[in-house]
Amino acid sequence: MAVDASTLAVEGSTSPVLPVPYVVRRASRETADTVTLVLGTERGRETPRFRSGQFNMLYVFGMGEVAISISGDLEQRDSLVHTVRAAGKITNALTEMSPGSTVGVRGPYGSGWPLPRAAGKDVVIVAGGLGLPPLRPAIYDMLRHRDRYGRIEVIYGARSPKDLVYYGEIQSWRALPGLRFQTTVDAAGRDWYGDVGLVTARLPDARFDPPNTVAFLCGPEIMMKLTAQALEARGVPAGSIFVSLERNMKCAVGICGHCQFGPEFVCRDGPVFSYEEIRRFLAVREV
Amino acid sequence: MTRVSPAVGDRFVLERSDFPTFLARLRDRGYRVVGPTVRDGAIAYGEIRDESDLPTGWTDRQEAGKYRLERRSDAALFGYAVGPHSWKNYLFPSRERLWTGVRAGASFEIRPEESEGPPLAFLGVRACEMAAMDVSDRVFGKAGDPGYHRRRRKALRIAVQCGQAGGTCFCVSMGTGPAVRAGHDLALTEILAPPRHYFLVEVGTAEGAAVLSGVPLSPAGPSDTASAEAVVAKTAASMGRTMDPAGLRDLLVNNPEHPRWEIVARRCLACTNCTMACPTCFCNTSEEIPSLSGEETERWRRWDSCFNSGFSALHGSSVRATTKSRYRQWLTHKLGTWHDQFGSSGCVGCGRCITWCPVGIDLTEEVAAIRVPAPLAAPAGGRP
Amino acid sequence: MTKPHTADRSSSFSQHPFVRDLPPPFAASMERLAVERKYEAGDLLLREGEVAHEFLLLIEGKVALEAVLPDRPRLTIQTVGPGEVVGWSWLAAPYRWRLDARALKPTRVFSVDSDRLRTLLDENPVDGYRFLLRLLPVIAQRLENTQFQLLDVHGS
Repeated sequence: MAVDASTLAVEGSTSPVLPVPYVVRRASRETADTVTLVLGTERGRETPRFRSGQFNMLYVFGMGEVAISISGDLEQRDSLVHTVRAAGKITNALTEMSPGSTVGVRGPYGSGWPLPRAAGKDVVIVAGGLGLPPLRPAIYDMLRHRDRYGRIEVIYGARSPKDLVYYGEIQSWRALPGLRFQTTVDAAGRDWYGDVGLVTARLPDARFDPPNTVAFLCGPEIMMKLTAQALEARGVPAGSIFVSLERNMKCAVGICGHCQFGPEFVCRDGPVFSYEEIRRFLAVREV
Repeated sequence: MTRVSPAVGDRFVLERSDFPTFLARLRDRGYRVVGPTVRDGAIAYGEIRDESDLPTGWTDRQEAGKYRLERRSDAALFGYAVGPHSWKNYLFPSRERLWTGVRAGASFEIRPEESEGPPLAFLGVRACEMAAMDVSDRVFGKAGDPGYHRRRRKALRIAVQCGQAGGTCFCVSMGTGPAVRAGHDLALTEILAPPRHYFLVEVGTAEGAAVLSGVPLSPAGPSDTASAEAVVAKTAASMGRTMDPAGLRDLLVNNPEHPRWEIVARRCLACTNCTMACPTCFCNTSEEIPSLSGEETERWRRWDSCFNSGFSALHGSSVRATTKSRYRQWLTHKLGTWHDQFGSSGCVGCGRCITWCPVGIDLTEEVAAIRVPAPLAAPAGGRP
Repeated sequence: MTKPHTADRSSSFSQHPFVRDLPPPFAASMERLAVERKYEAGDLLLREGEVAHEFLLLIEGKVALEAVLPDRPRLTIQTVGPGEVVGWSWLAAPYRWRLDARALKPTRVFSVDSDRLRTLLDENPVDGYRFLLRLLPVIAQRLENTQFQLLDVHGS
């Protein structure tokens, strides 16, 4: 079975596994441990095309690589945007990069959010914590082609108000008539007038017609499981609920074996899966 | 002895006394010959410079968790089953440098590894190993791995039909042997019928034919062919194990909570021997090795194993934390989900995992136990 | 069109999502024990430690349930919205509120006199059983949600 070269080829590389140097154009801090990097190509060439939901392998010279979702606009061809949380040696280094530094990039890899499946339907997007960055390109694309979709509901949950990413952008999204955006946190102090509780507790306030709804979920696996169950209980078909899984990745091309989840290679068959195709494996411990 | 022009499909007789000439022709043609040698108490693959490197007169006694070399009563060159190595050692080396990186101002340059050695001649490829290479061709083909394919295309495969089954072999069950019928450049059958000692040689490809030019050969007659078939038939009748492969994919995928997993987990040491010895296991990891100055770096790839605790590391802990889940992953993948991924079983019935497991876990036995439906009320921590 | 200051109370109480599934005669009895209250943003509806005298059904607005910790600023652990209920500490000893309930924005509630509600439940055991069956899933879901919030479900 031939590999789809268009999903592997990175401009300037001769094989699927060589990182290409990109320059950090901007590094903005989202939260105490999360930074958004805007990466540009060295010679001003166009960045590779990607689909929302895909990821790149970002490389720090002398350290190694890590899989990070692409969180910028599909139509932006002069830069790649990645939101990174410092959670280990390599991601620490990425969040400390300043403009002018070099980051290696190879990709894009993986399956994307199946936006065409949502055409003519209501869309419910539920994000937990760092689950919003992989969904942002899909939100941008849906807003760009707003008339293709029915109602669009976004629910975003984080640990605390300080952990919300894209805070400024969320305020501008809230102001749009074509989108409803709810945020909720696990706990908050005096300065939070929004909701406190699970993302699933926001579903009764979301407006969508379950049999005609497609849902995109991204966040910790437990959050996606609970939300998928809650949506299904409301009548959204399991085949219309999509989740983005995460597993240990080294090669991103389905040869190192690390990311396997049942029969699936998360790097190549995923990371986006329909709840229906993987629910039996989600139900087994330690798969 | 006549000089013959070999062609694909031809069969010849090569006398034992002319075997050194055959080896010399391989080297003259530019191949580096690798094959079985006696080393570290086993028949392992290594450099074959001349016939003295071959395990003449040696055989192996294999059982679950046991491997011994024994002297044969004859002088067979290939009188053994399989050793701990497989050809994946050469097609997919256990350690390999992928590229070197060098700082260039604020940026860096990547230089992919280009060097390749001379083409290899695999001497002594068993049927199970041929089948394993078919499996690996699909695995590495799907991922588009250029290194595997470069080496694979250049390798000359000289099969040697099995004259005996190993104690843990079950190629007949898996439909992968004991005879090599396709894929070989040359296929040899060693025939010892005192006072005669010769090889039946079958030509599989044009390159196989080319390699034979200048080698003293005589055309094979019907009795030579019959003797060769008899050798293989005898091997087929003496398999050490059987395992019915029917329905294995669904059996394993549908039984993640079978009590047998708990039982085998109590024995398994997660030592990774099985995955290293298995000719189709391909899991690997990549490592960055920077120089002390930080100005250069190297990216290496090396074998890894799903039995390693850090293999499934995620957010500070492992998805497959218990040995039970790792053994289940390995077996379910090898015999089950491999079908979903690559369209065939990952197992070729070579028996290496059984032989080289230090506690003698036998996957044919585990599968038989899982075929027995789990009792409705499983005893808590009880005996099987 | 502005909303009427006092809506038709009889239909709106019986239409509250919590009350809707209760037997109508029992709902009517409950309504007789209820008054409508209004709170401004920042007002305290219930105070931790005080004896619990009411069962609240939210009509509109948002209420924060706050944990009162001796050495730290207040922490909101849950918000509750229209159609939901607040407060069941009146059902069992020690009959005292465990959390503060504070309005985050202008909020209207039905406040049911819980002392008389308890008597009503005692005197009408079958209806009382139905009431508990209606309340139990609310408590269970609240508990389950809180448990998952503890597990950092929105976290890493």
